[in-house]
Amino acid sequence: MINSPYIRKPASVQSVMLQVLLALVPGIAAYVWFFGAGILVQLAIASVAALAGEAAMLAIRGKPKALFLTDLSAIVTAWLIALTFPPIAPWWLTVTGTLLAVVIVKQLYGGLGQNPFNPAMAAFCLMIVAYPALMSQWPAAGQLDFKTQIELIFGGARHVDAITGATPLDALRTALRSAASPDSELHGLRAAQLMDGPAFGLLGGKGGEWVAFGYLLGGLWLIQRRIITWHIPAAFCGALFATAGLLWSLRPEGFASPLFHLASGGAMLGAFFILTDPVSGATTARGKLLFAAGAAVLTYVIRAFGAYPDGIAFATLLMNILVPIIDMKTQAPVFGHKKD
Amino acid sequence: MLRKLFKFHGGVKPPTNKAHSTTAPIASVPLPDRLVIPLHQSVGGHPRPLVQPGDQVFKGQRIGGADGNLSSAVHASTSGIVRDVLPAVMPHTSGLTTLSVVIEPDGEDRWGELDRINVRAATPDELRDYLRDAGVVGLGGAVFPSHLKLKPGKEGKLDTLVINGAECEPFITCDDMLMRERATDMLKGISAMRHMLQARDVLIGIEDNKPEALAAVRAAIAAAGEPGIEALAIPTRYPAGGAKQLIRVLTGIEVPHGRRSTDFGVQCFNVGTAYSIHDALEHGRPLISRVVTVAGNVDAPRNYDVLIGTPMDHVVRLAGARPDTDRYIMGGPMMGVRMPAFDVPVVKATNCILVGSPVLFPPPPPEMPCIRCGECAKACPADLAPFEMYWFSRARNFGKTQEYHLFDCIECGCCSFVCPSHIPLVDYFRFSKSEIWAREREKEAADTARERFEFKNLRQEREKQEKAEKLAAKAAATREKVAGDTATAPPGAAAAVTKPGGDDAKRALIEAAMEKARLQKAQVAPKNLDVTSPDVQAEMAAIDARRHAAREASSDPHPPAGQA
Repeated sequence: MINSPYIRKPASVQSVMLQVLLALVPGIAAYVWFFGAGILVQLAIASVAALAGEAAMLAIRGKPKALFLTDLSAIVTAWLIALTFPPIAPWWLTVTGTLLAVVIVKQLYGGLGQNPFNPAMAAFCLMIVAYPALMSQWPAAGQLDFKTQIELIFGGARHVDAITGATPLDALRTALRSAASPDSELHGLRAAQLMDGPAFGLLGGKGGEWVAFGYLLGGLWLIQRRIITWHIPAAFCGALFATAGLLWSLRPEGFASPLFHLASGGAMLGAFFILTDPVSGATTARGKLLFAAGAAVLTYVIRAFGAYPDGIAFATLLMNILVPIIDMKTQAPVFGHKKD
Repeated sequence: MLRKLFKFHGGVKPPTNKAHSTTAPIASVPLPDRLVIPLHQSVGGHPRPLVQPGDQVFKGQRIGGADGNLSSAVHASTSGIVRDVLPAVMPHTSGLTTLSVVIEPDGEDRWGELDRINVRAATPDELRDYLRDAGVVGLGGAVFPSHLKLKPGKEGKLDTLVINGAECEPFITCDDMLMRERATDMLKGISAMRHMLQARDVLIGIEDNKPEALAAVRAAIAAAGEPGIEALAIPTRYPAGGAKQLIRVLTGIEVPHGRRSTDFGVQCFNVGTAYSIHDALEHGRPLISRVVTVAGNVDAPRNYDVLIGTPMDHVVRLAGARPDTDRYIMGGPMMGVRMPAFDVPVVKATNCILVGSPVLFPPPPPEMPCIRCGECAKACPADLAPFEMYWFSRARNFGKTQEYHLFDCIECGCCSFVCPSHIPLVDYFRFSKSEIWAREREKEAADTARERFEFKNLRQEREKQEKAEKLAAKAAATREKVAGDTATAPPGAAAAVTKPGGDDAKRALIEAAMEKARLQKAQVAPKNLDVTSPDVQAEMAAIDARRHAAREASSDPHPPAGQA
């Protein structure tokens, strides 16, 4: 028996996920332009692994396969994994990460909509703890041609340490730390001067800043499409800018500028695509602001004082833990019970 | 003067589908062979039948008398012979029956002697009683007896009388057509209500997709020349026609769940109700017909002036139902209820007969898990978090659903409408509400039983004590007698005499405590049962019946097969 309402808006999980994927396209295009087509191979590997893992788990759990494989949620997870992992990560690293995300973090918790943690970020954290070296090798923009990238992804031996290095975030942090020690040749130099190398662009890393700009464009489109709300991106960017700005204004020789933080690493991807995951994120308006601001502060702390190349992943997981209480404590007053 | 309008949170914009049924004027319906008039058509008590099979009735003759003040009378819609007074299927999804009067029209449609009232001379109380006996109830769909709402609040006057011509549900156009064709009479009804309520301002809210109705009402206001009445175009957004939402839009006031709007100086009536009030006060005609939209899967959607009790299929036939028709829905596609049969009668709550087909209203795509996207919360006009309530409803954690304000849900359907996972959210909330009601009633019953049991224990205890006291007194008397004989009393006798006195004090204390507990219990009586619409009441009745049947079936030691 079907009860009212008898009409429905043409909306589906699939169309929501499809729009998220489309919104990633500008960033991916910039990625390909500056870093080569290797990322496309990674996206494909991750997508296949995600669908395979999802199909196997759906079969085991006795859930309808066609319905859930076509909802595109696994593809979104796969793409976020590919985009946050180094583009020259060996294929098995991408596959393992993706399977961990889909099988353990998503399906074992009950599948679509049931995972308390962001699957892509959980996979990132697990992999960076297990394979710190492989997860930290990032090529500079235009450094590797497609053939080399394919060899690195599918080849066995990796002797690329000489040509690949840390991310701009990592590089600047290392430089800032050595500049702080009196016996370093960099001593006394400020962040702006340290960024005068070939790895850096106008604001962040060379090339990377344009990828971030692509994510920003896609994210704004998602807001315009009402797939996400402004709260999380605004609170994340605002809090990251404020935290970085505070420390930078106090000690410019010791910390990177707030704009560098916004344009580098996964800040834009995190603000618009990762923290906005509705399943694992906060849902109330005030909750979203708290959740994203907390993630921004944690991201900054990990970036500035930690040892990992970026802090988004850990910050996301830590804030995911707090989501139930944030949501519970930030319920908005309902109709007729507002104090105004 | 340009009045400031307010916004309510959320809402949706489904396709309105109103154009077709407004192309032709309101039509009349030929008399059917049979009218089935349910006696219980409004919120409140079940009217008792005033006629018997075989009686001759006239049009407008009262056939059901109001049962108490929270009730409303019911009348014969045409002249004819009463063929039966029996339980008949009522227009509700449950398919339950209700006591109904079956009239075979004599074709003459003759009015009986009408009960007139002098509006100017009558006191407000007389007017209210008159409207109760004229069967005037809210025609917006809630069918709350109008006379009870025509009482100003404690201050004896109102700030604003809100007239609801929003008609936000798709397909329905009965109020639109009524305003276009009968604005002058409707306005006279509004004036009468304004007088009874001592309302300072009258605001008529009409969604801006009805420019013709708005123009007609404005022209009527200009012609009447009564100051302080204003017709306003409000943005078309479902559910702007919900009483609370409309009050919010026009006055900025949010009336919380369970509170009366008159406490906030506002009262709200539907335009159709205003027209019926005029009809009753001016012409003495009770509520025996209403405007009904027939729309959906029909060739010629149109509005009809339908006699209460007319079988729905009799009206739908005129509009030309298409062959793939699979259901009638009473009301609109957002909140309407599916009818258990095609020949259920049109009642006072029937604003629309929406003819459905599998093509027009296809079954929803398969339900997916909730992804907490928050679309439902964005769409909720009551500012609720439906996805949270859904979660707790699924888990049968009904306490939590109430913490998340389940009973503030108006079941408007916006959340189900927007859900990308196609979850029938409103169904979950209806389920939770009915479970909570059932539990509260069970608890009530259990409390009564326990109280009775405790009282029995107390009584037995008291009787025992009284017996013991009597015995003790007797013993003491005997002892005294003995002591009088021996002139020396044993020390234990004094104690035995004073003891019952101490027990008396204790018993008084116990009784006082129990009385206090009883009072406290009465104060925390179930609160969710107070404000229930007839739909909800019918639903509750249906649920109870099912539950009862299930219990009987399970407790029956001899299944029917075994008896054979």
